[in-house]
Amino acid sequence: MLGTDLDRIIAAFTAGDRRAASRLISVVENGGAEAEAVLEALYPALNGAPRLGVTGPPGVGKSTLVDALVRGERRAGRRVGVVAVDPTSPFTGGAVLGDRVRMGDLTLDSGVFIRSMATRGRLGGLARATKEVADVLEAFGHDVLVIETVGVGQTEMDIATAADTVVVVLSPESGDAIQAMKAGLMEVADILVVNKADRPGADQLVRTLEADLAMRPAAVWRPPVLATIASQGEGIADLAAAVGRHHQSLQRSGDLATRRLERARGEIMAILRDRLWQRARGQLAADVSAWSERVVAGRATPYAAARALLAAFLESVEDKA
Amino acid sequence: MERADTERTIRVLVAKAGLDGHDRGAKVVARALRDAGMEVIYTGIRQTPAMIAEAAVQEDVDAVGLSLLSGAHMHIFPEVLRLLREKGGDDILLTGGGCIGDEDMAALAALGVGRLFGPGASTREIVAYIRAEVASRRAPT
Repeated sequence: MLGTDLDRIIAAFTAGDRRAASRLISVVENGGAEAEAVLEALYPALNGAPRLGVTGPPGVGKSTLVDALVRGERRAGRRVGVVAVDPTSPFTGGAVLGDRVRMGDLTLDSGVFIRSMATRGRLGGLARATKEVADVLEAFGHDVLVIETVGVGQTEMDIATAADTVVVVLSPESGDAIQAMKAGLMEVADILVVNKADRPGADQLVRTLEADLAMRPAAVWRPPVLATIASQGEGIADLAAAVGRHHQSLQRSGDLATRRLERARGEIMAILRDRLWQRARGQLAADVSAWSERVVAGRATPYAAARALLAAFLESVEDKA
Repeated sequence: MERADTERTIRVLVAKAGLDGHDRGAKVVARALRDAGMEVIYTGIRQTPAMIAEAAVQEDVDAVGLSLLSGAHMHIFPEVLRLLREKGGDDILLTGGGCIGDEDMAALAALGVGRLFGPGASTREIVAYIRAEVASRRAPT
């Protein structure tokens, strides 16, 4: 794509063209210099819209819950951008992104824009560019952003820094997994939802979660546990109200600013890490091989090797500066 | 890392149009495309032309694959094509499959619909066709 072509698409985007928005999302998703140019052009249009993260194990009804939540937001007159992430196969690089199946009726609502993303090798439950895709949707004028993660287990916590409010969704079937999740997923939850609450075991799960939360140290915000039947819209109004209360609490306590600073910090660090690493790796590859032989021969430890390599690398950087 | 335009992951919307719920064929094709390294946005059954075209635009797909068994292909394919063009998606390949006679296939091809696959088609054929067609559409003219 030529630079002028990109300028033309950005102009169409600013005028509200959905095809242009979709194109810019692809540019951002694919990364590189064009993605940077797009973000630079769109950043002034960011409005600080609340970001809601929806996460939980596979099959608990995340997409159905997102569908129900978005309908509620629409009834309140708010425009909603949705980013739904599904896993890329590590073997083929392909993916089936099926979250739209549960959101079919939202497709023709001009106040909703849904984008499916594949993780493309990223392991934290989101794709590398999910946050940036949400930026594009925010700049497009959406009032609320919803990010749905892949079906997660114990370690996929990227959503904690990508969203202002994290909803962790469970179903009665995920009961056995709860013990294992206490040290991860449960800790990032601002709101806990037991979906499919008409199934056996739902009440028990709600009580278990509440008992677990009661043992946590007192905090400004105590995560509520809510029961929903998303497929019938039951409990959704309460969930939306809880999301609203959490956002107000974040604003009152100053935690919203803290979270967003933390998010920006994390982003800058990640970019720095990538760039530094790329540069160092290219420059040091040959020396690393030489040091490896010394390490195998017992003439140096890996730490001594790294120390020498880092010193050499930093010296070369200083020479260029 | 930056990749050339022609190497970008191919994105395909797979939808089942019409009122019947027989989505086995669509699911088999979706899996085959995934196994060929493509990102498949699967939208499920009972999709109207308007839903298909709008989802294709939001997802910025390279191709739309429609499964159609109800006999309404002479209505649905032209309608999806018209709506794609109306929404600025004229560069999106519209292909698909179902029980479609040779005469209808020729008529749809004349309108700008891509190749359509009959019941005997292999998924390998479909994968190869989409790959080649998307590559030629992405190539600078």
